[in-house]
Amino acid sequence: MGPRGYRYKTSHSQPGPGDGGATGSWRVQRPVIDLARCTPAKRGKEACFACWLYCPDVVVSRTIPPQIDYEYCKGCGICAEECPTGAIEMVDESAAHEHED
Amino acid sequence: MHVIETGNTAAALAVKLAGAQVVAAYPITPQTPLTEKLSEYIEAGEMDARYVPVESEHSALGVCIAASSAGARAFTATSANGLLYMHEQVHWAAGARLPLVMCVANRAVGAPWNIWNDHQDSISQRDTGWIQMYCCDHQQIIDDTLKAFRVAEATSIPVMVCYDGYLLSHTYMPFAIPDEDQVAEFLPPFRPSYALDPGSPANLNTVTLPEVRLDVNGELAHGYMEIRYLLQEDLRNAVQVVEETDAAYQAIFGRGGAPLVEPYRCDDAEYVVVGMGSITYQLRDVIETLRAEGHRIGVLGVRLYRPFPDAAVAAAVRGARGVFVMEKALSYGYEGALCSDLKSALYDHLGELGTAPSVKGLVAGIGGREIRTADLADALRSGLAGSVPDPNWIGIQL
Amino acid sequence: MTTRTTILSLPVEEYVHPGNRACTGCGLGIAYRIGLKALGPDTIVIVPPSCLTVLQGLFPVATTKLPSLNTTFACTAAAATGVLEALKAQGKDHVNVVAWAGDGGTADIGIQSLSGASERGDDFLFMCYDNEGYMNTGVQRSGTTPQGAITSNTPFKGKLQQKKDVAAIMTAHGIDYVATASAAYPLDLHDKVKKAISLKGVKYIHIHTPCPPGWGFDARYTVRVGELAVKTGYWDLYEVEKGVFRLTGASAKTLKAGTRKPVEEYLKSQVRFRVMSPEQAADVQARVDAKWSTYSGGAG
Ligand SMILES: Cc1ncc(C[n+]2csc(CCOP(=O)(O)OP(=O)(O)O)c2C)c(N)n1
Ligand code: SF4
Ligand code: SF4
Ligand code: SF4
Repeated sequence: MGPRGYRYKTSHSQPGPGDGGATGSWRVQRPVIDLARCTPAKRGKEACFACWLYCPDVVVSRTIPPQIDYEYCKGCGICAEECPTGAIEMVDESAAHEHED
Repeated sequence: MHVIETGNTAAALAVKLAGAQVVAAYPITPQTPLTEKLSEYIEAGEMDARYVPVESEHSALGVCIAASSAGARAFTATSANGLLYMHEQVHWAAGARLPLVMCVANRAVGAPWNIWNDHQDSISQRDTGWIQMYCCDHQQIIDDTLKAFRVAEATSIPVMVCYDGYLLSHTYMPFAIPDEDQVAEFLPPFRPSYALDPGSPANLNTVTLPEVRLDVNGELAHGYMEIRYLLQEDLRNAVQVVEETDAAYQAIFGRGGAPLVEPYRCDDAEYVVVGMGSITYQLRDVIETLRAEGHRIGVLGVRLYRPFPDAAVAAAVRGARGVFVMEKALSYGYEGALCSDLKSALYDHLGELGTAPSVKGLVAGIGGREIRTADLADALRSGLAGSVPDPNWIGIQL
Repeated sequence: MTTRTTILSLPVEEYVHPGNRACTGCGLGIAYRIGLKALGPDTIVIVPPSCLTVLQGLFPVATTKLPSLNTTFACTAAAATGVLEALKAQGKDHVNVVAWAGDGGTADIGIQSLSGASERGDDFLFMCYDNEGYMNTGVQRSGTTPQGAITSNTPFKGKLQQKKDVAAIMTAHGIDYVATASAAYPLDLHDKVKKAISLKGVKYIHIHTPCPPGWGFDARYTVRVGELAVKTGYWDLYEVEKGVFRLTGASAKTLKAGTRKPVEEYLKSQVRFRVMSPEQAADVQARVDAKWSTYSGGAG
């Protein structure tokens, strides 16, 4: 279908990630999971996943251990707030970057 | 088969023949009998469609827009304030490129309330991006409504079929009903360009930016302006689609031949009266009277108003010294919209015409004011003598 | 609830892509994501202009992995009807049709078409996410903004009028299923959506969705604020199935255990209530108490 085909004559959007760009850049603080305190990580089997449940941005994986997609995580801190074991710490991005460097 | 029936019934028969799958409507005079008829066909099992008795015209077109987006052939009808209440949706349907058909039984708009005929309702929708056809008699109502579905689906542009409230909607006249098998040949089942489908998800008509933007495949997609430009381009090209559709219809049913403009005794005319709808047939009698008095005058019915068939209009008045535009609506604060459109067509085609005729606007039948044939003749006589009446509203009593 | 979903039994499949434009910590983000999990892949979504339009993505990128139709503001329910009727006309009867509208799009400009569709008994689910204001246009008051809340057009005194009870209006239509829910209780929401789509006619779910910038709280507290609304009895989780009212989840527990917290805790959690006088707060408490006095045991 050329650029004059039907789809191009309408506002016809196709699903894909990152409509708002790499929304990870919005973050002021990043959630960091302490695996030593994370229940599924500790037990090595499916458990808890509260961080996955409440994340509004679909960036926590339901895996052992849970992983956060920092490309898109907006750093709201809901996961940290809801983690029953206090395993997630919100770390200043500047500090996190220093760490990476 | 020939019957003697109302204009509304002619429209209903066309919608039934066209196999509309979803009909949504809200009562308003003088359209009501049309959609009542459809509910009758559907309840009686004569028509296989879903009838949605919505709670407003805004929803009537809303249902049709959504139904069409989900792959159904959809129809609605309205008049006057019902059409105005839809206005947001009228624009939406065109912008979304949905092949809807809507009949408009033309009626004056409030305030004050008035249920009788003029063209203010549909004329005020002329800038929405719909194709607009104006019918002059019952045969054209049934034929045009059928053609409208094919034109809409060929262009992905909605079509408004307009006919005069009461004068056509409620009067009984003879007309031929197209044969079902032949209709099937003329109008195959609806094949939507895209229908909402969990198998191929897409998000339709969301916020679209001023600038072009990359899509998920990394290809450049249009911005709002491109999408709107393509609507305009396709609307302009729709003139040809209307002609082709009429030719196909004529080949099967033997009727048609003048889908853009319908000239009557214009060939040798020094003066041409231009109008839309049933008044143009009434004017034929007037023209005969004036011809008997020695005036070389003809009448031109504009059948397709949007897209405006400027070339056909200009060609039809070529060689004339003067044009009178007889309208049932105004762009308030200036003049009749058709008059402005015609002047602009003449200006655009001046090269081919050599010289442009004088153009005088006349207004008649506002809010159903009786249009007496004698008054039309008098107004044109004074126009032919050099000056149209002032005010130029025929039959006004101040 | 007949089936109680747990975090571990919640469907893993996601229908929302990351990287959308909703604000950080958006309660709608939670509700939408969980609601779509309950609806599953055979679903068509209808969306009027709202924050969800923004979340859904700007052309040509769609955040939702399901087909979705944007409509004009007032006709969400009519659009759902149109999609539904088109599917029926084509013999497709396995697709869930769901409308997702903001509270303004539901309670104010959209109520006429919603009422019409409910009266006709059209078979779809209507989800109202209630962020208690016109957030997309910059936090103006809506019919469902609560009394006392500061908004962009109730800037000094806060909204003077009561919040419109849309779930009660919908219940008065005599439809088979009306429920309230909260973004803070995703599993309760999930199960209500599941139940709703098993029933016929218009089903209505009204979801309280805390909004950090609109209500004035830190984005990390979205779930906390939603929970406080429920635990103080300010926002109740219930369902009305074929006319039978039942508190659910945390609200049912609160009633049973008699652990309802003072409303003040909820009001204090947000900047928008900052101008409420102690008398106004006491009045809110009195109304919550009166409402709760009508709730009786039997809840499960
Ligand atoms: C007919 C019409 N009027 C006004 C608007 C402007 N408008 C767009 S979104 C919106 C607010 C939506 O509020 P709500 O439904 O509560 O959803 P929210 O943005 O809060 O999520 C308004 C007023 C519009 N798009 N269409
Ligand atoms: S909420 Fe906390 S304990 Fe639970 S899975 Fe996530 S990080 Fe682990
Ligand atoms: S809850 Fe917020 S901070 Fe945590 S992972 Fe999701 S977006 Fe990031
Ligand atoms: S304004 Fe509120 S509801 Fe809207 S996207 Fe932001 S957080 Fe969500």
